[in-house]
Amino acid sequence: MRLTTTFLLLLIAHLGTTGVLKVCPSCTIQTIAAAVRTAEPMDSILVQKGVYTCSDLEVKKPVSLIGEEGAILDGLGSGYVLKILSDSVTVTGLKIINSGRSYTKDFAAIYAFRANHFTLSNLEIVNPFFGILLEKSKNGIVRSNKIYGASKREDDSGNGIHLWHCSNTIVENNEVYGLRDGIYLEFVDDSMVKNNYAHDNIRYGLHFMFSNRDEYLENTFRNNGAGVAVMFSKFIVMKENKFTHNWGTASYGLLLKEIYDAEVVDNSFTENTIGIFIDGSTRINYLGNLFKQNGWAVKVSGGCYTNKFFKNNFIGNSFDVSYNSKMNDNSFNGNYWSDYTGYDLDKNGVGDVPYRPVKLFSYIVNNTPETIILLRSLFVDIINFSEKVSPVFTPDDLIDNQPSIFVFQ
Amino acid sequence: MILKVLKYSFSDLIRSRWSYVYLAFYLVLGFVLLFLNDNLSKAVITLMNIVVVLTPMIGTIFGIMYFYNSREFTELLLAQPIRRRTIFLGQYLGVALSLSLSLVLGLGIPFTIYGITQSSQIWDFATLLISGTFLTFIFTGLSIYIGLLNTNKIKGFGYAILMWLFFAVIYDGIFLISLVIFDDYPLDKFTLFASFLNPIDLSRIMILLKLDISALLGYTGALFQKFFGTSQGLIVAFAMLLVWTIGPTILMIRKSSRKDF
Repeated sequence: MRLTTTFLLLLIAHLGTTGVLKVCPSCTIQTIAAAVRTAEPMDSILVQKGVYTCSDLEVKKPVSLIGEEGAILDGLGSGYVLKILSDSVTVTGLKIINSGRSYTKDFAAIYAFRANHFTLSNLEIVNPFFGILLEKSKNGIVRSNKIYGASKREDDSGNGIHLWHCSNTIVENNEVYGLRDGIYLEFVDDSMVKNNYAHDNIRYGLHFMFSNRDEYLENTFRNNGAGVAVMFSKFIVMKENKFTHNWGTASYGLLLKEIYDAEVVDNSFTENTIGIFIDGSTRINYLGNLFKQNGWAVKVSGGCYTNKFFKNNFIGNSFDVSYNSKMNDNSFNGNYWSDYTGYDLDKNGVGDVPYRPVKLFSYIVNNTPETIILLRSLFVDIINFSEKVSPVFTPDDLIDNQPSIFVFQ
Repeated sequence: MILKVLKYSFSDLIRSRWSYVYLAFYLVLGFVLLFLNDNLSKAVITLMNIVVVLTPMIGTIFGIMYFYNSREFTELLLAQPIRRRTIFLGQYLGVALSLSLSLVLGLGIPFTIYGITQSSQIWDFATLLISGTFLTFIFTGLSIYIGLLNTNKIKGFGYAILMWLFFAVIYDGIFLISLVIFDDYPLDKFTLFASFLNPIDLSRIMILLKLDISALLGYTGALFQKFFGTSQGLIVAFAMLLVWTIGPTILMIRKSSRKDF
């Protein structure tokens, strides 16, 4: 009780000392730079409606920059706009335009370096090089921002939200489009990426590497140039994400390369050229995912061991599973396959005849990609059928022994 | 005069009820497909599999059957002062038109009721019907030509079925095997060329590309997309189908004018 009272008193005392500085075109403080200069640590700077030029502004004390509606920071097209170099900085509610663009420096609308406990929220960043670039920062929040550009080429565009050597950071409810990568994480541990919407980016919607123990939940990735690519990471969880319409000759819903011990659960993959491309990834559980109307639902490349596919729905894909070798160490038992033609005499919901998800034609296409031109021809149907009856070329242990009769809900 | 022969053949086929059966088949097929999946786009894909295989087969069988069945009438006409070209062209168009009409009406009615005209799929569907019609004409023409070459019914029938089997299955088999064997060579040009030599493949690829499956086709698909994607490529493809239609017709007319009945 006494402790709570002390705490409350301290809090009131603390609130009493924090000041609020107002910035507006007709106030005594007319620029953000002046406000940051005069502010005491833990002060709030209230940015009122207006356009403020702000270029390479270094924030070296823990302050809160709070934008009112119509508050715009103009970077004048050179350098960074805001550089956060202190702990406990909050930036919220601002619209940032004209940040710099460079081929040698990673200019960003908001850049943070060794800044912990930051909050970046409700920002609108228009046509940046990098939107939010965070380096060596911990325990931060990036929430409800809208970052968009009109990039056309990979080499002269940056990423929407870029984290490098960060940890314990939450990235949620952001929308990123028209940039190179929507969300990019490198060496980012113990973080959460939740409910973001990355669409129409020229390269990847989400891209992460060397980032362990992270969670990716409820995000939507739609119509990105090459979908989502995740590489060289351990112990990640991907849950309830939507990978939609990543359609193109080199496009994936999800590309997994060198991923170990991951959980891919309850995601949906619809209308992607390749739903999941798995390369050198081991001990991954795929549970309850929906693969609908993809070209290839799952394409397995070399070096994938003890992966488990369980309770997934494969509906209307051109190829359910594609394999490039005769060796198989992965389990495909207990999924629903819309192409399954077997029967269930004992009515236990499990098909009595095993299902072979790898078709002969998908094996042929793997070896000679040009043959795909014969897709959906009668001859291909005939050879698929004969291979199904007596498998010769496809891995003969790659079967679903318990194919479900019903779609998993 | 040609119209008179055409009209006779046409009404003859209509009276024989097989046209109705064929029409009814497509009607039932269209309605069942749309009943089973409401998705127009998926229904068009399923339909493609059927149209590309079935229309050539029906065209072949009807063409050869009609030719042999109406032999006596043909001989009667030949005794009249009518040009041979008129007789055979009239019969050919009569058969092909009645079959095409069954196809277009049989699939058009259910899809129109389900609102294809308001949907974005209308062009895919139109491509499907147009290539179906082309295939009907091509294979009817080819089978009548085979009929003219063979007086023996059994032989003629056998050759006609073999012709269909060749274009529908065997050709693709040879195509596939040659692609696999010559894997080490650049094959994109060859693929494009080889698909032009088979009207069934040509129609199938045209519809596949229309249906946005092009991305699946990878690098080869990129070439095809570049080719068929432009209106010029599409015109070339349709021109090729037209060549495939006119070719057998010319062969048929030339054979008929020389044949000793």
